[in-house]
Amino acid sequence: MQSDAIVIGAGTVGAAVAYGLARRGLSVLVLDGDDGDYRAARANFGLVWLQGKGMNMPAYQQLTRRSVDLWPEFDAELSALTGIDLQYEHDGGLAFCFGEDGFEQRRLHLQRLHNQLGSEDPDHEMLDRGTLEKLAPKVRFGADVSGASFGRRDGHANPLKLLAALHAGILRHGGVLRSHSAVDKIVPGTQGFTIEIQGGDRFSATRLVIAAGLGSATLAEQVGLHVPLRPQRGQVLVTERVDPLLPLPASGLRQTREGTLMIGATQEETGFNTTTTSEAAAHLGHKTVRLVPALAELTLVRHWAGLRVMTPDSYPVYVQSPTYPGAFVTLCHSGVTLASTHATVIPDAIIAGRLPSILDPFHHRRFDVPKAA
Amino acid sequence: MFRKLHEPEGAITVYVDGIAASAEPGESIAAVLLRAAPHWSRTTPVTQSKRAPYCMMGVCFECLAIVDGIASVQTCLTLVRDGMRIERQHGKRSLSA
Repeated sequence: MQSDAIVIGAGTVGAAVAYGLARRGLSVLVLDGDDGDYRAARANFGLVWLQGKGMNMPAYQQLTRRSVDLWPEFDAELSALTGIDLQYEHDGGLAFCFGEDGFEQRRLHLQRLHNQLGSEDPDHEMLDRGTLEKLAPKVRFGADVSGASFGRRDGHANPLKLLAALHAGILRHGGVLRSHSAVDKIVPGTQGFTIEIQGGDRFSATRLVIAAGLGSATLAEQVGLHVPLRPQRGQVLVTERVDPLLPLPASGLRQTREGTLMIGATQEETGFNTTTTSEAAAHLGHKTVRLVPALAELTLVRHWAGLRVMTPDSYPVYVQSPTYPGAFVTLCHSGVTLASTHATVIPDAIIAGRLPSILDPFHHRRFDVPKAA
Repeated sequence: MFRKLHEPEGAITVYVDGIAASAEPGESIAAVLLRAAPHWSRTTPVTQSKRAPYCMMGVCFECLAIVDGIASVQTCLTLVRDGMRIERQHGKRSLSA
């Protein structure tokens, strides 16, 4: 079977790229792995988020900012096409602060990020406790909550609806989605690539996108790219549904459209291990009750762990193979926020055969620089 | 819908939405709810559809009710006590936060 493009991976990243390619008229085949694979797309928290991100990498701030700004149009188009409501809201977002020290640290962190970005208007403001209480009148905050930072570009969406809509969008644009099709072998040829999946079936395409999350490193090797990746575990707690309480999503606490409170997330270097731990549940619970004591009354209904797709500096990798042009690698751990970029900027670049200069900083050669003694 | 097959000894009284109901020591609140008209005991948070105790073993979460002021209690896992106040739970739980 011959396609214009093969995308390896139907998670949030691969599906967004494939959707964008199919929407631009290419014939697209998406090869997805098995149910038991590590699937960051199904463990996601669901923030569409800018504030606090991109320390020491202004290009990532820019990319994230641009992606957040593309989201309303991306959401409108995808939901109109598929009839799936992504539950996207973008009224801003909060990051809560504890104590005067915490408030000051947060202020300095965001100020530093703003300075690194340059002269544009700040995307955030610091809210003291009184202002925060007015903003969230139904919430009685814990005694040592000193305020919050408010990011005006922040928002959230339902990550599972997003994934379902991207899959539906691929199909609506004539793309083909194959599950249980873990890729064994990539054979670069003169006219493109032949992909062999487990079981022996073969598919060909002139363009290839590797977006297989943590499985991408071994696949990228086959097109001559050495991308360093590691899993980072994140655990999330989920409560029963309650009446609307939080007017805005916050870093580590958001209320879904249905009323569920999601509490996240740990950052653990535990390798390829997706078990949940009572230590993490206690830590997340304690943190949340410190924030809003009354949440202690709520029943927890779920607790899960997922693996983030982490690079050494945590920022994305977008690269085309110099040895085998037409083969691209797209990796990141903010697949929801960046979905609007992955569905537009990246497909345009893949069709053009050249990544735009704004993505130059995301080449993985940045990891090869020897550390200064 | 359901009724006791025997006359319980030492029956106690609980209150379902303020109405007295007879209960047998050692039985679950859910058992009482199944005997008390109109037999449904909560509405769902999203679509407000009516639900009644179902699995009676703690896995389906259909039997949630407000017990002595505490919402979302799994009544099939909670035994009756004399004078207990049970309220049907409507829609999403409201936090007194």
